[in-house]
Amino acid sequence: MANSKERLRRTMMFVPGNNPAMIKDAGIFGADSIMFDLEDAVSMAEKDAARYLVYEAITTIDYGTAELVVRINGLDTPYYQNDIKAMVKAGIDVIRLPKAETAEMIHELEALVAAAEVEFGREVGSTNLMAAIESAKGVVNANEIAAASPRMIGIALSAEDYTTDMKTHRYPDGQELLYARNVILHAARAAGIAAFDTVFTNMDDEAGFYRETELIHQLGFDGKSLVNPRQVAMVNKVYQPTEKEIRNAQQVILAIEQARIKGSGVISLNGQMVDRPVVLRAERVMRLAKANNLVDAEGEYIGK
Amino acid sequence: MEIKQTAMAGTLESSDIQIILRAGTNGYEFELESDVAKQFGDQIKATITNVLQAYAIENAQISVVDKGALDLVIKARALTAVQRALAIVDTPNWEVM
Repeated sequence: MANSKERLRRTMMFVPGNNPAMIKDAGIFGADSIMFDLEDAVSMAEKDAARYLVYEAITTIDYGTAELVVRINGLDTPYYQNDIKAMVKAGIDVIRLPKAETAEMIHELEALVAAAEVEFGREVGSTNLMAAIESAKGVVNANEIAAASPRMIGIALSAEDYTTDMKTHRYPDGQELLYARNVILHAARAAGIAAFDTVFTNMDDEAGFYRETELIHQLGFDGKSLVNPRQVAMVNKVYQPTEKEIRNAQQVILAIEQARIKGSGVISLNGQMVDRPVVLRAERVMRLAKANNLVDAEGEYIGK
Repeated sequence: MEIKQTAMAGTLESSDIQIILRAGTNGYEFELESDVAKQFGDQIKATITNVLQAYAIENAQISVVDKGALDLVIKARALTAVQRALAIVDTPNWEVM
């Protein structure tokens, strides 16, 4: 478990909260974030069972460097408060609130999380939050939701509920999601947090999955929520930097280092000034290159 | 604590375990079905016993069908079954977890 606002979040894999076999194996697919689901994937009669199963898994299984997220039941349900208590006690990295529509919902969640942290002796502020936007109201209020708390690490689009609310459904070209995607992305970037795209559920349509992932990669999303472990490698492939991008990033980082040694405040590369956005992009390229095993420990390119 | 109602937790799917608790009068009476009963039967019973003791339950009939569950799954299902049997699902005992 590790928390950082700058970590890679290309893949957030859903794991049904009451399925021991899937929970046991959730760590082996290389997802950047593992999201245990206590909400839609669990029937009403098994909400308590899933809560304890996920609790025991989080406190027992070593999921390596993956960020651990749990989707709790919504605040209009009788499971909401016990979900929060159990997950805070377990030391979850991130609590994901479904059906977020206002900043007040995040404030209410934050107060309960803080109270649980005190009750169970967790460091106050150690539990991060994220919100799923699933309605027109949520999209309209995306800015205030994204900025509602310093605990917020991301917002996600949840397209099934959203398209129903918009009186449409999902189409292969994704036109119906264009506005929501851009609003959520801007709200996330303005607040300095991550943006996650919705799930793609038709496992038979591989071309469609790549088309959608390439689109959200181009727009600037951090990554995507996934329902099938097979999709992890597919998303990582889309987010993988090219050799040219990596070599360029290495030169940028080298130029910064040389400028530092010379004590020069201005950094230039091939006669052009290297400013902050270029540096930030280079650092992100190198993080992606490392995650895709395209560079060795010294940062040397080892792809083919 | 006395068991208030018969309760079941878990499923018969692979990697899971199904535990049924009934009120008893004679300590813990186990009935265990598992492909790995020979190797792990005692450990499965010990994990469930620990949970029952944590809730100070003195008597129970415990029927178990194990499908190769890890210890953490056994503990989670035992916790669920006990809280259902004691009718405290909505006000769980957080100290025990």
